[in-house]
Amino acid sequence: MSFESAWIPVGRADDVPLLEGRSVMVGSRRVAIFRMPTGWAAIDHACPHKGGPLADGLVADACVTCPLHGRRFDVFTGRQVGGDDVVATYEVRESGDGTLELLVPADLMVGAEAA
Amino acid sequence: MAALRIITDGGQGPDGGSRPVSGPILVIGGGIAGQAVVEQVRDRDSRVPITFLCGEDRLPYDRVSLSRILAEGEDPAVLQLRPDAWYADRGIDVRLNAWVTAVDPDAGTATLAGGETLPFDRAVLCTGSDAFVPPIPGADAPGVEVFRGPEDCAAIAAAVTAAGARRAVVIGGGLLGLEAAYGIATLGCPVTVVHLMDRLMERQLDTGAAELLAPAIEGLGVDVLLETSTANITAGPDGRANRLAFADGTELETDLVVVAVGIAPQADLARQTGLAVERGIVVDDRLVTSHPRILSVGECAQHRGVCHGIVAPIHEQAAVAADTLTGVADSAYLGSVPSAKLKVMGVALVTAGAAAGEREVVVADSGTYRKLVVDAEDRVIGTVLLGDTRGAELLLDAVKTGLVAADPLQLLAEASQATAAELPDSAQICNCNGICKGDILKAISGGDLGSTQEVVSVTRAGAGCGSCKPLVTELLAHARGGAVEEATYLCPCRKLTREELAGRVRAEGIEAVSELAASCGAGRDCGACKPGLAYLVSEINGNQHREERHARYINDRVHANIQNDGTFSVVPRMRGGVTTPDELRRIADVADKYDIPTVKVTGGQRIDLLGIKKEDLPAVWEELDMPSGHAYAKSVRTVKTCVGTTHCRFGLGDAMRVGIELETAMEGLYTPAKVKAAVTGCPRNCAEAYVKDIGLVAVEGGWEVYVGGAAGASVRKGDLLATLQTSEEAKRIAYVFLQYYREHADYLERTYAYMERVGLEAVQAEVMDPAKQEEYLERYRIAKAAADPDPWRERHAPVHPKQFAELDTEPALLPMMPVGPPAEATR
Repeated sequence: MSFESAWIPVGRADDVPLLEGRSVMVGSRRVAIFRMPTGWAAIDHACPHKGGPLADGLVADACVTCPLHGRRFDVFTGRQVGGDDVVATYEVRESGDGTLELLVPADLMVGAEAA
Repeated sequence: MAALRIITDGGQGPDGGSRPVSGPILVIGGGIAGQAVVEQVRDRDSRVPITFLCGEDRLPYDRVSLSRILAEGEDPAVLQLRPDAWYADRGIDVRLNAWVTAVDPDAGTATLAGGETLPFDRAVLCTGSDAFVPPIPGADAPGVEVFRGPEDCAAIAAAVTAAGARRAVVIGGGLLGLEAAYGIATLGCPVTVVHLMDRLMERQLDTGAAELLAPAIEGLGVDVLLETSTANITAGPDGRANRLAFADGTELETDLVVVAVGIAPQADLARQTGLAVERGIVVDDRLVTSHPRILSVGECAQHRGVCHGIVAPIHEQAAVAADTLTGVADSAYLGSVPSAKLKVMGVALVTAGAAAGEREVVVADSGTYRKLVVDAEDRVIGTVLLGDTRGAELLLDAVKTGLVAADPLQLLAEASQATAAELPDSAQICNCNGICKGDILKAISGGDLGSTQEVVSVTRAGAGCGSCKPLVTELLAHARGGAVEEATYLCPCRKLTREELAGRVRAEGIEAVSELAASCGAGRDCGACKPGLAYLVSEINGNQHREERHARYINDRVHANIQNDGTFSVVPRMRGGVTTPDELRRIADVADKYDIPTVKVTGGQRIDLLGIKKEDLPAVWEELDMPSGHAYAKSVRTVKTCVGTTHCRFGLGDAMRVGIELETAMEGLYTPAKVKAAVTGCPRNCAEAYVKDIGLVAVEGGWEVYVGGAAGASVRKGDLLATLQTSEEAKRIAYVFLQYYREHADYLERTYAYMERVGLEAVQAEVMDPAKQEEYLERYRIAKAAADPDPWRERHAPVHPKQFAELDTEPALLPMMPVGPPAEATR
């Protein structure tokens, strides 16, 4: 059985303050959602270095710094700043009634089924 | 480099080698030489297509640091010269596992092992060298390794760390052999160096220096057999080499043989292409081979009869080759002065040029040897520095430029005193990457570089073995006209200092980090300085600033200390380290109820509960019913005490009472870096007050106040700021000092670093001035009055509904706040 990617509600926009992040479990994966000055951004929550919680990181205009060891990632591209690591990025949007919706990729939908 | 890369009069040779490149450049060979050619060409021409073929499955790495892989188990990836993205950013088509099987120079094509054909206008052969293995019978048996690549290091390390390994033998007592022997000795295996000649490193050292080097090396557990020729290597029943027989009839048993006698230029492809090859690929002064479209650089190239086996000439050759290819300058490579630095064996050694000559001066004692060699015209032609390598850059430059030294002894003496400022611009600072002083100065002034880290990342000087970093710092300090201000910028992205930002906050009446960011951009790029900006804004506003949690580190958003697994630790306030049975019962109950995995007594006389989920923090605090201990913040942490006159028969002061008063008066105040304090009842110092940021010590007839002590990464006894008659006066001075430190130190600068930087006298001049004391105390009282004594009260009134939770979780203790639409809760 296979799934297609789909927009699913993950929380309320008001639950994420400006220039901060909060995480949410999507299938088998925890995703960090950030409210940036220019809009929403979503990347993997776990830092590829040692699994640090990226949603707890310091946020600047376009990047987040992992609270554990300072790895820095562009929240829009997922690319590490000053290094070669990459985290997955996700599409996220705010609906008219203030619900945050994440475009969940098909592979995570399968993961959700398995989990 | 400058001395050897002569800019010529622009003669256009008939060979066509001077014609600038008009199509793709193919660089064949992914070693240091290939990388250097790629970088030098790209520096001169940002557009010419470059294809870079690397035979191994990894990008170019720093082979010079091979012994670090062996000795320190360094990951080969760490030695990679440039990150993967560097190539893409510069439009360089880099290919791994790309073996060239044939080159047709007339047609301008190269064929890869897979059959693909690549066109080129010019090709540069950087095929390097192989380990040279002399024709000793048995040298091809298993258990005989060479010392050339990371795989060799892995094989050597595996053999000498295997159970039962008793001895390794290194054949070759030159630079390479000694590095291999050092690596093996470091791994704890006894090792014997077998050398054909009568002294170690005979090409670089004279007898005097070699005699000094031998005992130093033997002191590391390395045996040296000189004038010993290996007749054959025989294998044991398992087929692995286990015995060496020498020409004099003696034998030596071993578990591993490492052959490190030298290198053989790898010229197979050149030979097959029909280029002139003798020992190496023959090149002219423009690095052009016998075919005008093909150049060669590095250990595979033979220039004026010499093949170089060390790294410095590679950079010199690559610069000339790039000039030849791009035509931006006509230059000629006239050869390199052989020089060596032994970075291992715990012995500092630098040699350059000739070890003997017309006149020699030597300054030596039992552990050091410094020699300068001059020719009949008083020109410096060689130097040997062992044990004491001060002034090495100056003397290396003297050898390279053939400096005339009528009094060589005086030059030797001057060199030991030489500072970076006195070095000529041509002096090579970084031998790993071939960077001269002039290059570094140009980068500092051109790029407005302010820290050693910036200089290293821009120039690559110091990015190899790192031994030249102190010199880079010295150059930077000189270029900037004073001490290097590594901590200068509070916001390094915008190059804004604490003073500049503080001035802006005051002038514009800024009350929040976001206002400061809007005013000058501070904190918008990487965000790392936001906690520092938050502190600055709060301090200048006497804590009556507008708090913005996005500028606070996660610890200060949830008032707990984040741990390596993303959970948090909780340390309740326990003033002076004094607690009660009731508090202890509550702590025990909480630990049970929340399944807290670790309960630990801290160095600051507190109890730490570790492994708590973010969502559980409010409930844990509620049930502890104790205030926050601020153990997570850049703030006043703890005041440690001894029992003092309350119980101790030696006590001179009431340490517990004074400590609790001091802590109560200071708690809740944020500081540039954490502040730990102690009050101890006598000079026996049970509370360790001498090594605290602020320490009060009861003495006969009064109290001493120490500041700037530390017992962490740095250990430093505090400076005695003042001796007072009463504990009230001592506490008062402590508050004045705390406020002074809060207003003056750089963010993250501990008191010990501040005291070292500013000096006790300057601090006393401020803190002990009665008029200023009143001003500091006034600002201290204002800040203290506005400080939050217990941020854990946010469990009842969180600043945000999800302050202690994720999108899909809820805090274990629901806040006592009106439940309404989320819009009301957002601030």
